[in-house]
Amino acid sequence: MNLDSFIDWILLPLIKIGILFGLLSLVIAYLTLLERKIIAFMQVRLGPMRVGPHGLLQPIADGIKLMLKEDIVPSRADKIVFTLAPVITLIPAFIVFAVIPFGPRSIHIPGFTIPGLNVQVAERTTGFFITDLNIGLLYVLAVSSIGILGIILGGWASNSKYPLLGALRSAAQMVSYEVALGFSIMGVLMMAGTLSLVEIVNAQKNAGAWYVFLQPVGFILFFICGVAETNRAPFDLPEAESELVAGFHTEYSGFRFSLFFLAEYAAMIVVSSMAVTLFWGGWLRPFPNIAALGFLGLVPGFLWFALKVLVFLYFYLWFRASWPRYRYDQLMKIGWQVLMPIAIANVIVTAVLVLWLGGSR
Amino acid sequence: MLETTLFYIFSFVAIVSAILVITQRNVVHSAIFLAATLLAVAGIFLTLHAEFLAGVQVIVYVGGILVLFVFVIMLIALNRTEVERQFNRQWTLAAITAAVLVAEFAYVIFRGKETFPLPSATAAAPAIAVTGNSQLVGVSLYTNYLLPFEIASILLLVAIVGAVVLSKKKTAED
Amino acid sequence: MNIPPVNISSILPAAVLSIVGIAVMVAEPFVDRSKKTLLGWLALAGVMAAMLAIYPMSENRGQWYSNLWIVDDYNIFFHVIFLLIAGITILTSLDFLEREEINHPEFYSLLLFATAGMLMMSGANELIMVFIGLEVLSIATYVLAGFRRTDLKSNESALKYFLLGSFSSAFFLYGVALVFGATGSTNLIEIAEALRSSSLQITLVYLAAALMLIALCFKVAVAPFHIWTPDVYEGAPTPVTGFMSVGPKAAGFAVFIRVFMTAFPQIQDRWISIIWMVAALTMILGNVIAVSQTNIKRMLAYSSIAHAGYIAVAFASGSRRGVSAALFYMLAYALTNLGAFAVVTILSRSEDKLTNISDYAGLAAKRPGLAALLTIFLLSLAGIPGTAGFSGKFFIFRSSVESGLLSLTVIGVITTVVSFYYYLYIVVQMYMREPGEEFSDLRVPASLKIALLIAAIGTLYLGLLPTRVLDWSTTAALTALR
Repeated sequence: MNLDSFIDWILLPLIKIGILFGLLSLVIAYLTLLERKIIAFMQVRLGPMRVGPHGLLQPIADGIKLMLKEDIVPSRADKIVFTLAPVITLIPAFIVFAVIPFGPRSIHIPGFTIPGLNVQVAERTTGFFITDLNIGLLYVLAVSSIGILGIILGGWASNSKYPLLGALRSAAQMVSYEVALGFSIMGVLMMAGTLSLVEIVNAQKNAGAWYVFLQPVGFILFFICGVAETNRAPFDLPEAESELVAGFHTEYSGFRFSLFFLAEYAAMIVVSSMAVTLFWGGWLRPFPNIAALGFLGLVPGFLWFALKVLVFLYFYLWFRASWPRYRYDQLMKIGWQVLMPIAIANVIVTAVLVLWLGGSR
Repeated sequence: MLETTLFYIFSFVAIVSAILVITQRNVVHSAIFLAATLLAVAGIFLTLHAEFLAGVQVIVYVGGILVLFVFVIMLIALNRTEVERQFNRQWTLAAITAAVLVAEFAYVIFRGKETFPLPSATAAAPAIAVTGNSQLVGVSLYTNYLLPFEIASILLLVAIVGAVVLSKKKTAED
Repeated sequence: MNIPPVNISSILPAAVLSIVGIAVMVAEPFVDRSKKTLLGWLALAGVMAAMLAIYPMSENRGQWYSNLWIVDDYNIFFHVIFLLIAGITILTSLDFLEREEINHPEFYSLLLFATAGMLMMSGANELIMVFIGLEVLSIATYVLAGFRRTDLKSNESALKYFLLGSFSSAFFLYGVALVFGATGSTNLIEIAEALRSSSLQITLVYLAAALMLIALCFKVAVAPFHIWTPDVYEGAPTPVTGFMSVGPKAAGFAVFIRVFMTAFPQIQDRWISIIWMVAALTMILGNVIAVSQTNIKRMLAYSSIAHAGYIAVAFASGSRRGVSAALFYMLAYALTNLGAFAVVTILSRSEDKLTNISDYAGLAAKRPGLAALLTIFLLSLAGIPGTAGFSGKFFIFRSSVESGLLSLTVIGVITTVVSFYYYLYIVVQMYMREPGEEFSDLRVPASLKIALLIAAIGTLYLGLLPTRVLDWSTTAALTALR
């Protein structure tokens, strides 16, 4: 393996993974604070105020608390599976980020010579993403579907009633909504003609319109199903506090619990990022053809991306503050009898239109 | 070289976990090892540059079928299966038969290994990389394999209808 | 992108069956509960429409859909057999489903889909197509076998059939994978061409062919892969048993002959010897064990194993005559056996309970018509001259003698003589024993009368005037041996 391919395939990705991991942990930590603050404001409270100015150090305090808490394993639990479950949930939630394009392929690294060794390093361009897979979209769906297993196994391994019920609900819910989720993306796929997420964003650039304007139904379906897939309100039946105590993670405490927690928030960010990438133009800035707004182009792509993701994360919190939880039968009914038919109709209409208008390809 | 190593690692994982799937007494543990097997097979697909297949393998098998397996497992009384006497008593005989079969297969495959018309790896791989694996699968499904593709929809319909017929609740009509 | 031409006419019968199958399910909620039988008649109309659709299909001979689908006389011959089987089975089930209070129209849908699967198998020119057709057939049949859901025996039947059937499907797929590895193709003709080129080592193909042979032997229920048959046949609803004993068997042989004759002629000497052994073992085991059965469904199960053995004899002769005799025999056996099962359906009465041979005692005195019909069918199964079974066996043994399979022919003739015992035993029960049962509650509705009529006329026609059908089956066999 020569130096260039070492840099391309090992060094650069490792650096990016390091940066991404650090950033992500930070974002998740402050997302929890944001959640408490926003919900507090919506309910005319102040939220955390004690730790640091306006409670800004609260996430760090929470983190330390979780680390230091006693780690309890129920005596009749299946210990191996009990330990494995949070890990199974966490890993997919994080590795999904490998394909999400936070910005365009525009990082320029000039060529240079390593002093002393007299080795020439070629000039290269890289992007604000770890890798650009040709099956990117499929990869996201595949990897995030593994996470469900962790939740189910965690609920089962606790050997306790509420977690088991939570796990069962979770399995049924995830499987039901995954189908509609897959269908909702199909419209985008047909228009972009590719599974690579970077190419999908580029296709939106070339089409001159973000897909949310061409695929409004698809977007709404995608976001509803995405919220359901992440077990967030109003689809938070697997962990319904009022009926199931805390659902699948009732018996989890301390560090293991924090893994589930991390995974849930990471999944929220994934769904928001996917919504942005597929429907809201990814890193693209709004109004590219209005000359008066040309100054918007000065803002780098990844900031646009972050901004858009933030909007969707805000939606998540907003939902939680305003909507009650669905009942189980309502949940199933919506998934199979409302979302599925609409999603299939959307696929058919889109296919006909793409064929008829010659497609945007 | 790298791909060969990866292939051996994935195959090893796949085979070992497949054996564990059938030897574990606890059904949930079997399910976990089944997940490992399926993921390892997806890995093998990746080393063969069949990315689309790998993705679909994970979505359909791990994300769909296995989750349903586990779902069903939780609804049955697990502790009974652990104490219940299993009726696979003839395992010595089965082991001998399996060993003979393995030897037979190994011999035939060893004898016939030149038969596989392996294209030189350098020749075939770039062509696929350019057009994209998913497109190739799609094109061949909708052109050459159109008819089996359509019949497969009947196959799935039959499976759905069959499952519903066998499992639907007793109505007043029955 | 190069899209191959779509020729609907060439697959019209299967398409008609699939569409009617879906239509039956769609129409179900709109039909009054007491009139569900109407949907059975709709399904029957579908089968008849498919029968008519054979004509446009036969106008489109040749290979279609990227050479995956072939329309030739062989395929058309099997289309006729399969559609006849489906039609008679529907006629037998109409009253049965009502009587057993399992009148769910899904039954007809599944039956139509199973038939469509069989049609796909007989016309498949490619192993993937064969496999998908096989699975459509198998899955539909598993469900049909367990259609009496509240009955433990029916559940047992479905479960056993499902487990072993899945194993055999896996064997078939392994075989397909190895063939693809060895020859780089799943198209039968391309496989044969690849095998002709001397550069190929043939060892892998032996293994592949062996695996596929195991799978197909299971599907057609020949020894030593017949163990599942009696339990499955006994537990399944009687009309379904009739269907299973002829439909999947004929479809299995259709594939068996097509695949081995087209793709593996180069290694014919190897697989012929295996089929020789299979045929001998099947005829001996099937006929000898059938003697000791007391349940008529189990007896007919073993008899169906034995008959698969006779067809295997024809196949083992490996000649045009042999294939032609096999085709003829399948038609003859299908008509005869469906007739026999129609009578068994009538006599089994509610709960499908009265299926012991002793229950038939004295039938002739009370219901002479039914007894006479069953006698015709049993004599045909035994192979008494003047019936379809005799002509079939005659052609088979003629072809095997011509191919020099003398010892196999001797085994066949001896076991046929053994089979006289258990077929005639029922006739003796019917005619020479005092009635132990009350037969006055027997219902013979119009649908069953039609089924019995078709089966009886067919049996006698093939027995007395076999030449026209034989000529046709010979043409069909010619196209299978390219």
